[in-house]
Amino acid sequence: MMDQTDNRTSSRRPWAEFGIEALIQVVGFSSIGLVVLIFLFLIREGVPVFFEVPLGNLFGTRWYPTFDLFGTLPLLLGSVLVTAIAMVIALPLGMATAIFVREVAPGWAREVLKPMIEVLAGIPSVVLGFFGMTLIAPVVRETLGVPTGLTAFTGALILAYMALPTIISVAEDALDAVPKSYRDAGLAMGATQWQTIWRVVVPAARSGIVMAMMLGMGRAIGETMAVMLVTGNAARLPLSLDSLFRPVRTMTATVAAEMGEVAQGSTHYHALFGIGIILFLLTFLINLAAASTIFKKRRRGGLR
Amino acid sequence: MRFIFRHFSCALRAFHRVLRISPLPDGGLFSFSSLISRLAIGLSLLSLIWMPVACRPRQANPVDGASAAARTIENKGSDTLVNLALAWAEAYMGRYPDVRISVTGGGSGTGIAALINGTVDLANASRAMKPEEVAAAEANGISPVEFTVARDAIAVVVHPSNPVDRLTLRQISDIYTGKITNWSQVGGQDRPIVLLSRESNSGTYVYLLENVIRLGDKESDLLFSPDTLLMPSSEGISAEVRQNPNSIGYDGLGYVTADQKVVAVARDVDGPYVLPSVETVNDDSYPISRPLYVYTAGEPTGAVEEYLKWILDEGQTLVSELGFVPLR
Repeated sequence: MMDQTDNRTSSRRPWAEFGIEALIQVVGFSSIGLVVLIFLFLIREGVPVFFEVPLGNLFGTRWYPTFDLFGTLPLLLGSVLVTAIAMVIALPLGMATAIFVREVAPGWAREVLKPMIEVLAGIPSVVLGFFGMTLIAPVVRETLGVPTGLTAFTGALILAYMALPTIISVAEDALDAVPKSYRDAGLAMGATQWQTIWRVVVPAARSGIVMAMMLGMGRAIGETMAVMLVTGNAARLPLSLDSLFRPVRTMTATVAAEMGEVAQGSTHYHALFGIGIILFLLTFLINLAAASTIFKKRRRGGLR
Repeated sequence: MRFIFRHFSCALRAFHRVLRISPLPDGGLFSFSSLISRLAIGLSLLSLIWMPVACRPRQANPVDGASAAARTIENKGSDTLVNLALAWAEAYMGRYPDVRISVTGGGSGTGIAALINGTVDLANASRAMKPEEVAAAEANGISPVEFTVARDAIAVVVHPSNPVDRLTLRQISDIYTGKITNWSQVGGQDRPIVLLSRESNSGTYVYLLENVIRLGDKESDLLFSPDTLLMPSSEGISAEVRQNPNSIGYDGLGYVTADQKVVAVARDVDGPYVLPSVETVNDDSYPISRPLYVYTAGEPTGAVEEYLKWILDEGQTLVSELGFVPLR
């Protein structure tokens, strides 16, 4: 009995292997193909706007698409402002948490904290957005004394919270990859635990930490639902100092809010895809920066 | 095999029916909610159709199918009305399965043009036909008949604690264009005004802009202040109005909930300040309201007449569900 089955599987193996290999290849290439197709679609639908709308209008300061004013500048700056502030909030918190979890916390605490942080990543963004709109926005309005709680700052808070799990787990992995011998050497030289962490471990994991930041930023800039609910969506130019505590409109929220009712093939429709292209280029640059830090790490022949 | 095939063709027919009531010819495909609802309808219809009973009457009586094809009502026009027209069509077809109603949007002008060209039975319009449109129709041998099917009123809302309870149209215009930025300028407390609006693609946004902000002046190029917060939903507006004493918002009267304070509106400083209600909207004393029309090509007869009768009678119960004001 046993021999028979063994024979059968062994005689089938080359075929099975071939089939599985082909399948994996098809799946792998199709994902590349899909990305290319999405990009081509984005170009096809978005590029016409650069011909239909004069550039002065397109990069102007007024976004009133129903009245043929397609100024994307407030939206672009709105996205950049919210994302930048979210990073300013999330990075120190994320780094501190990662260092605590990896270097300071006792083993049992790490076992509890790691899965908890990963659960944070699974909270749907619409839930966070609703939470921000009904609970955080009133608090922001009352404590800061601003006219409305639906501000860039509220959006940045929510985004920071959403980017934290990514930042923490990637940074924690980077710290984890630092060989134990580095720490031992630091301590053997008479450095305290804090000095070892700050002067030896963190610099050694620097490229991983930069990547954590980039990934967190990519997460934040592409986020739509939560941002749409809490930032107020006023397409004003965020240039003055108090802009952080005033409403802003991001690119993602604009596309999400307006795509539903726009007439297909109209200038407005192309403008929304044009925003998609700008957003794509922005995230592409961020990913490129993240990738280049990894390559740099490899070239240096450093850790891992 | 034949059994399966029969049900498959039946399902196809049902799908065809669902697709025929697509709300918008362009962009309709991208309307997420309509896509979802269409899918949901499609799926629920499919599940119904797979029960053998659902198809039997049609199979047994082909004459019935033929007469159904004859009673198709084409309905086109205003995007403001399209969801209501769709709700009416669905409810009516549910009740009278032998009538087919095809609803498309595109705007009041599109619907009226189609009526003039004789390609639709009913044209939905959120404005009255212009004299030149009536003349064009009569030149084609069509005399349009106007029916008021519902009314659309916009309520202006503030936080319940806000002492301001009356505003003129001019004041609302100045508030929304950013000329008035503090509640004390209109008799309230010393607080900044936070402007709330629906998204720019909503019919309510356009109506408020044209009739309140621009005060009906076609030459005006006033726009909402760039500081206006564009909320993705009625719920977004009511949530902010409920919790923020600085805010002012507006929405279709049917969407206003009890925990917001509705402001009385006057046409000018001397005019009476009127709160919106079914009565004040219908007697035209509330300034921010408009009738919604359906036009027929000549006096309606047959299926169209029955459908219009139903809209003006039982159909009125659906009107308030969609945020409009019923005729009584």
